[in-house]
Amino acid sequence: MIYSAGFNAEHASIFNIGQEYGKQFMFIGICAVLSVLVLNVEGNFYIQSAWGIYAVTLFMLILVLVIGTEINGAKAWIKMGNFSLQPSEFSKMGTSLALARFIALSKVEFRRFETRLKALAIVGAPAALIVLQPDPGTLLVFVAFILAMYREGLSGNILIFGLGSVVLGVISVLLAFSTFDYPFLGENSGIYILYVIIALIVILLFAFIRVFVLPRYRKRTIVQALVWSVLAIGFVASVDFVMQSDKVLKPHHKDRIQIMLGLIEDPQGKGYNMDKSKMAIGSGGFSGKGYLEGPLTKYNYVPEQSTDFIFTVIGEEWGFLGCVTVLLLFFGLILRIIFIAERQRSRFTRIYAYCVASILFMHLTINVGMVMGLAPVIGIPLPFFSYGGSSLMGFTLLIFILLRLDAERMSVFR
Amino acid sequence: MDFGNRKYILIFMIVSVLVIFVIRLFYMQARDESWKDRAIRITEKAVVLKPPRGLVYDRNGELLIANQAVYDLMVIPSDIESLDTVSFCNLVSITPEDFIQRMAAIRKAGGSWKAHEFMGQIKPSDYARISEHLHEFSGFFGQPSTMRRYPEGVAPLFCGMVGKVSQKDLDSDEYYDPRDYIGLGGIELAYESELRGTKGIRYFFRDHKGVTMEVAEGRLDSSAIAGEDLYSTLDIDLQEYGELLMQNKKGCIIALEPATGEILAFVSAPGYDPNLLVGRERGANYQKLVQDSLKPLYNRGVQGLYRPGSIWKMVQSLVALQNGFVQPSTRIACNRSIIGCHGPHSYDDLTGAIQHSCNPYFREVMKRMVEQRKLSNRFEDAAQGLDSWRNNIMAFGFGSDLGTDIPGTKTGQVPGKTYYDKIYGESRWAYSTIYSIAIGEGELLITPLQMANLAAIIANRGWYIPPHMVRKIGNSGSKLPEYLEKRETGVDAEHFQVVIDAMQRVVEVDGGTARRARIPGIEVCGKTGTVQNGDLPDHSVFIAFAPKNDPKIAVAVYVEYAGSGGSWAAPINSLMIEKYLNDSISDPKKEERILTASFLEH
Repeated sequence: MIYSAGFNAEHASIFNIGQEYGKQFMFIGICAVLSVLVLNVEGNFYIQSAWGIYAVTLFMLILVLVIGTEINGAKAWIKMGNFSLQPSEFSKMGTSLALARFIALSKVEFRRFETRLKALAIVGAPAALIVLQPDPGTLLVFVAFILAMYREGLSGNILIFGLGSVVLGVISVLLAFSTFDYPFLGENSGIYILYVIIALIVILLFAFIRVFVLPRYRKRTIVQALVWSVLAIGFVASVDFVMQSDKVLKPHHKDRIQIMLGLIEDPQGKGYNMDKSKMAIGSGGFSGKGYLEGPLTKYNYVPEQSTDFIFTVIGEEWGFLGCVTVLLLFFGLILRIIFIAERQRSRFTRIYAYCVASILFMHLTINVGMVMGLAPVIGIPLPFFSYGGSSLMGFTLLIFILLRLDAERMSVFR
Repeated sequence: MDFGNRKYILIFMIVSVLVIFVIRLFYMQARDESWKDRAIRITEKAVVLKPPRGLVYDRNGELLIANQAVYDLMVIPSDIESLDTVSFCNLVSITPEDFIQRMAAIRKAGGSWKAHEFMGQIKPSDYARISEHLHEFSGFFGQPSTMRRYPEGVAPLFCGMVGKVSQKDLDSDEYYDPRDYIGLGGIELAYESELRGTKGIRYFFRDHKGVTMEVAEGRLDSSAIAGEDLYSTLDIDLQEYGELLMQNKKGCIIALEPATGEILAFVSAPGYDPNLLVGRERGANYQKLVQDSLKPLYNRGVQGLYRPGSIWKMVQSLVALQNGFVQPSTRIACNRSIIGCHGPHSYDDLTGAIQHSCNPYFREVMKRMVEQRKLSNRFEDAAQGLDSWRNNIMAFGFGSDLGTDIPGTKTGQVPGKTYYDKIYGESRWAYSTIYSIAIGEGELLITPLQMANLAAIIANRGWYIPPHMVRKIGNSGSKLPEYLEKRETGVDAEHFQVVIDAMQRVVEVDGGTARRARIPGIEVCGKTGTVQNGDLPDHSVFIAFAPKNDPKIAVAVYVEYAGSGGSWAAPINSLMIEKYLNDSISDPKKEERILTASFLEH
């Protein structure tokens, strides 16, 4: 795919390391060696050195902020000769190991609030360092750890809360973008309709509670309902504030959100990436245009098509069949990892496996969602496909450590 | 506490994302075709391939109209970077004002990212010099193209010319694009649809910057098909000779092959070199020609309306013979009291009257045709007689469409009842009012082409094929079907003999008016005409065909303000016939006399 995306007729050889595909080919070689190494290390080593690896990746994240090179507005790369290292790709592995180790081996009850707080801190530390780069894509990947923690007992409310906020956020952005003619008040932002609706829901909720909830639970439910409504209104207000001000999100991020929601159209400017990306995929048709036959790919219409937008190459050259094949392979891999996770006796391995599955899932969801126009443009690579040595190595490590741990599942009795 | 069941929620989440993705992909890729269309529109560029115009050969296979490679200097305004206007103007040899003007016109046309023609049709020799430095001026590039070339530089009005399409052409025919050329006049116009060929289309991919890349394979592209080559009827050698003879004269020579109606020579003098009207100098040269007082752009052969003069007497004879108003033996006194005459004759028969060009004779013949005495009212009788005469005349192609393929032909004027009623009022005119048309004067107007066609009709003894310019369309084609059918004049062949004999006497008998048209060894039949111009010298007219019994060529010569028909048009005509039949001139003195003559003062 990278060969297609970065194809340069003058340097057709895949072994030419002057070209992206040549480099990537070399990275694949390195990763093959790496995987053999990883598989030959005792599984216990990973458990024992989890904190150490975590510390190293954290250190690298701090280091990148000091000596890193800024590319595309993010200080995420450490330059080493011809190659650059992206510490955030490795921190996913470090955090997974540390989280697994903390929850599995610290012999603490995960239900305790303090434990959860500590677990959140383990994830939050690298996430915070990534925010400083800033790299919103990788940051979102760290949100994936919530899924793993959910499996280990984190309240399901957090998922509902998350889903609810996404829905509410989208609605508030949509409404805030349009205006309404209010009776007596005149033209004003549509966001106030949302406040009115939330208020109405609260009133209905109270009536509902009075009628259906037993009196002794009433007080608790009323408090809960009040907290939720205040949270909802606060959330809507903050979304509105975020979208109004330039301080929290950069203007281009806001643009991307608005383009994704179809609020603004600007195929030549702000929406260029999204437009060309969708065009490449959409024009691929059912069976695609064929290897190296996609003009949008061939003539570099889609920016970043060898990295974050590599799925467009699959879409254009291989069409619906190719895309579905790739998606099925990915989701098969994720489900397979969950299957592996569930057969572990070792809690460490299970948690680690869930972390791997969650990370892959998050990458896939955001990346593929983005290229198809279902998610705003967020820089995040497609695992194993996108060009980039760090990403490839990071995922190789994640998967092969899991394989090694899985191979030892019979000898573990915890 | 065991949270094992939660894996199902997670699996459900993962699978639902997969399902959403697949549905979205299906919708985008398998259902929604608009992405495909948009992708094609953005990544592909259709380039129209212009076919080369067809070539035109003469009747002997010599090239009459050819193509030559030229270059168009194109500009993409948005690609211009820090242009050094002064050195650019020096390079392409224009003034800075001209540069500003051209760029302003391009800007007005719109589309700064599109290629516009900055300067068209640059000769390869000039372009070689320009191209050497063109890379220094970003935004400008050369584009190969073709331009007309006339290897012999003859027959400008017969060939016509090509020029930029007009808005009218653009509106009426979607074949044309604004930068196209179209035939204007002559063969170029008449056979435009054959010559222009079929445009091709080729799809190119362009990259994200709009730079054109390789050819898009497999798209429905079509190659340009060159226009059909035409084989014209013209004889270049004869044409060249005719132009030579007509130097320093106004008028024209038209030579036809009687049996086929093919135009052998088409000289309109003064002419010009058709090569003047191609390329970069076209505009300036065209202006010069337009302003030339001798009107070289005026196609005298088909647009010049002249009184025919005495050659009309043959038409009169034929119509009168066919309708029984005269017999070859009919003698009429040369009564010079009403109309003047010339030469020593007093009581000629028809042959003599033609030979001596007896005006009173034909005044009387016309009187018999007009005043048929079928109606009691002499005005109505004359009107009826005139119209019946007119119908006979029009069958000769006078005052009606000759059916030629030469664009812009005039039909001429043969006055009838309607015409004279308009001038004099109904029943306000009689034969005595209009008799001058009897001898080819008065309101009669015909074109030299019609005169030449008259010679062909007589040569053919009664029929003609409309004169035409092209004998074969395409290498394996034929001529247009209308040029294979004879048109009958309604006069029987037997009536021609007396006229033809008289015409031969005009040339060969010592008292004939056209002794200068004699050619040793060739029986030439001809008739002079001397068209009066008041105080100015007469127009000199002569039509002829030869040889008498197997006519190969019919020629009409019209020399304005030259004098009598016998002294100038007749020798020119005979030189044309001799050149065509013998390819050599037996009497260099005759030729010399013509070449040195000049009749341009009026």
